[in-house]
Amino acid sequence: MNRGTWLVSRLLQIIPTFILIGLAVFVLARLLPGNVVEALLGDRGTDEAVARLTAQLGLDRSIPVQLLQYFRAILEGDLGDSLALRIKVTTLIADRLPVTGMLTLMAIIIALGMAVPLAFVAALNANRWPDLLIRWVFQLGLSSPVFYVGLLLLTVFAAGLRWFPVGGYGDTFGEKLYHLFLPAVALAFSFSAVVMRNLRASILAVLNAEYVDFARAKGIAARLVLFRHVLRNALIATVTLVGLHIGSLLGGAVVTESVFAVPGVGRLMVDSIFSRDYPVIQALTLVLALLVSLAFLVTDIVQMWLDPRVSR
Amino acid sequence: MSAPLLEISDLKVTFATPRGAVHAVDGVSFSVGRGEVLGIVGESGSGKSVTLRAIPRLLHANATVSGQATWQGQDLFAMDAETLRRVRGGKIAAIFQEPMSALNPVLPIGQQIDEVLVAHTTLDRAARRRRAAELLGLVGIASAGTRLDQYPHEFSGGMRQRAMIAIALSANPELLLADEPTTALDVTIQDQILKLMLRLVAELGMSMVLVTHDLGVIAETCDRVAVMYAGRLCETGTVVDVFERPLHAYTRALLQSMPGEGAARAQLIPIPGQPPRIDKPVPGCAFAPRCTLAEPRCGSERPLLRALAPAHETACHAGERLLAEAGA
Amino acid sequence: MRRLSGPLIGGIVLLGAVVICAIMPNVLAPYDPLGFDFGALLAPPTAAHPFGTDQFGRDMLSRTISAARIDLQIALFATLFPCALGVLIGLFVGWYGGLADMIFGRLVDLVVTFPFLVLVIAIVAILGPGLVNMYIAITIVGWVAYARLMHAEVLVQKSGEYVAAARVLGYSTPRILFRHILPNAIRPVLVYLVSDMALVILLGSSLGYLGLGAQPPEAEWGVLIADGKNFFDQAPWIALCPGGVIVLAGLGFSLTGDGLAELMDVKR
Repeated sequence: MNRGTWLVSRLLQIIPTFILIGLAVFVLARLLPGNVVEALLGDRGTDEAVARLTAQLGLDRSIPVQLLQYFRAILEGDLGDSLALRIKVTTLIADRLPVTGMLTLMAIIIALGMAVPLAFVAALNANRWPDLLIRWVFQLGLSSPVFYVGLLLLTVFAAGLRWFPVGGYGDTFGEKLYHLFLPAVALAFSFSAVVMRNLRASILAVLNAEYVDFARAKGIAARLVLFRHVLRNALIATVTLVGLHIGSLLGGAVVTESVFAVPGVGRLMVDSIFSRDYPVIQALTLVLALLVSLAFLVTDIVQMWLDPRVSR
Repeated sequence: MSAPLLEISDLKVTFATPRGAVHAVDGVSFSVGRGEVLGIVGESGSGKSVTLRAIPRLLHANATVSGQATWQGQDLFAMDAETLRRVRGGKIAAIFQEPMSALNPVLPIGQQIDEVLVAHTTLDRAARRRRAAELLGLVGIASAGTRLDQYPHEFSGGMRQRAMIAIALSANPELLLADEPTTALDVTIQDQILKLMLRLVAELGMSMVLVTHDLGVIAETCDRVAVMYAGRLCETGTVVDVFERPLHAYTRALLQSMPGEGAARAQLIPIPGQPPRIDKPVPGCAFAPRCTLAEPRCGSERPLLRALAPAHETACHAGERLLAEAGA
Repeated sequence: MRRLSGPLIGGIVLLGAVVICAIMPNVLAPYDPLGFDFGALLAPPTAAHPFGTDQFGRDMLSRTISAARIDLQIALFATLFPCALGVLIGLFVGWYGGLADMIFGRLVDLVVTFPFLVLVIAIVAILGPGLVNMYIAITIVGWVAYARLMHAEVLVQKSGEYVAAARVLGYSTPRILFRHILPNAIRPVLVYLVSDMALVILLGSSLGYLGLGAQPPEAEWGVLIADGKNFFDQAPWIALCPGGVIVLAGLGFSLTGDGLAELMDVKR
């Protein structure tokens, strides 16, 4: 199979994935016990109000009809209206998603910025003190919940030193970067531990690879051996790891945004739970899963670009 | 006789392992002359590959190397990093056993040749590209122009080994270190590659050290041979001398284990018993426990390498007996 | 028998401390965790109150110790339920293969597309916040990892000679599955289980912090931290001390998991 064919078939795979995700969200919303309408209205639920809301949510029709309407609405880009905020869910998400996107992206950059050089130092000093120190710090990172790291950063750098704002979001790009810095570090911390651990192991494996010895035997500069032969091959696995972890980063963003009062989709999700805003929760679950499947797609393409063996 | 190109003296390599030190190479000395092909033969674990890799200092940090490796008057083991870099690939090139794992899977073959040219020549980009294509042609790879942009996985096993030879020859080295270059290949391909290597060595006026476990390969390709056992050198001499008049009990056992006179290219049939553990120093001759000629002193007194005939050295207490038998 | 490594011993010690706190909080806690002391409101850590006190003067150390029980419960329930479900599914799918295998593959692909925490939160949203619903949600999402491990192991074990022998002897399928394959295939699953406990402690406390897991007055570390969050600039110890304990507990589980993996030679 050549690269073009591989790429097309990989791109086409996204269609059944999207349909399955949509179906799963639909099933999830309807199979779980509990009547949404009664839960929403609580004691105030007069028969008339229940009927009206049932109709509004389209729950009075048969399941297959609901399913069809649901998919048609998705294709038309209509994810319903927010019950709490009385605006279109799509508008709401379009407003909030860039915030979460930027937070996640910053976290990835920070995590890689910490993990890649330190993984290198650790691997090149395997089992000596720099390695042990780095591994212990990151071991702590693996055991630290995101919200706790966030609170620590808040206490030290926002409340204590007053270098950073306690929360919120800015207007200009610079302000946004400034406001999102601490949340991104909190989100990056445990992820960088995962990357560090993985990359250190693959650098160690690559260092023992025959082609690295062969590269040394060729008399090319030590720096080239490290970057062109060791790091490049070791990073291929890391790219996959980042792609596979987009989901857990988005999950972490939910918590981080709540700690730092960042107005992204994660905070929206938690708020929606307490305001019982089911259309928003359903739409966010759908959108985030679609994003993750897109991230998987991008990962595969980047991997193909980095590793010529993939498409064979 | 002019000074040898490479002279190894008293090479010792010790590996640190969790279970203690392993003496992989224990006091090996030999030399390689200009234009000469030296074979190093031994069973797996005899230290022959470690010896080869120790020469351009390719062993990893867990190895402790001592002794001297004199390359045209300079000790490779005492050389600074930059001088060593110029020698590696530039003067002393190496090829390995598994071309699939020795070639970087994610770089095109052309780039893997190109980086040697960048390191050791002053050619510009276009000239390097021409030279790379020429090198592929030299090792018998057709349509070199398109092959340069392909990746190792797009080559067959034999082609990969040819590509690795092309990479090694890029900077016109004077010595080629070949570590079991044909072991991973099909028998028919093995012959092609060996012939190619011999032709290139002759045409380019290189010397070669060829490590193998295959006596047939030695017989076919080498001028001189060094036999190793348990990290020690047993015997060195011309191929004709060693094969016809082995002066070491181990060499004799090796040759006898080959099925029939002149059955070239056959795998070794193991000698009864196990090769010794090399995690403890052996006081006497390492081969003594398996040796049919062993004398009492073989277990306690280590035989030293000595010349019993012109250019024919052995480290065997029974050497004189073997010489007398051969002469009789 | 290989020797226990240093990190494994450290992990077991940390876990032991958590278990002891969970078993006898009343013996260890210096004060009544619910006892108000209006003489010491928001008091910083001292010898008398090593973790300080909260806005009602409650001793934070005592509150943290008394919360260990719920967090240990989370570590157990939020792994054992998904593990049991995943092992059963992996066992049967691996054994029968065919269509079940295909559906299983698709289902796994689908579940991993959803961000774990987002899916758990969505399910909790539908079921309503609370510990029991949290366990249900984690089980619905978390069985996949166990099923994959089990599935892969069963495929290996299925081709083993002892299985062929058991078949020839005419043993029933359930007997082969549960008496022969399961004990041989379970090792990597158990090792993963311990490491997963570290993850669910973090997950459970995160949900508690968000108000979706344990509900006050249930004492849980995440809940304690959520309580303290409002005072983080005046009395940061209310949040930070229980948080440090979460890190230590998580460390205990993950060190133990890594150590066991090494000890039992399970590749991950």
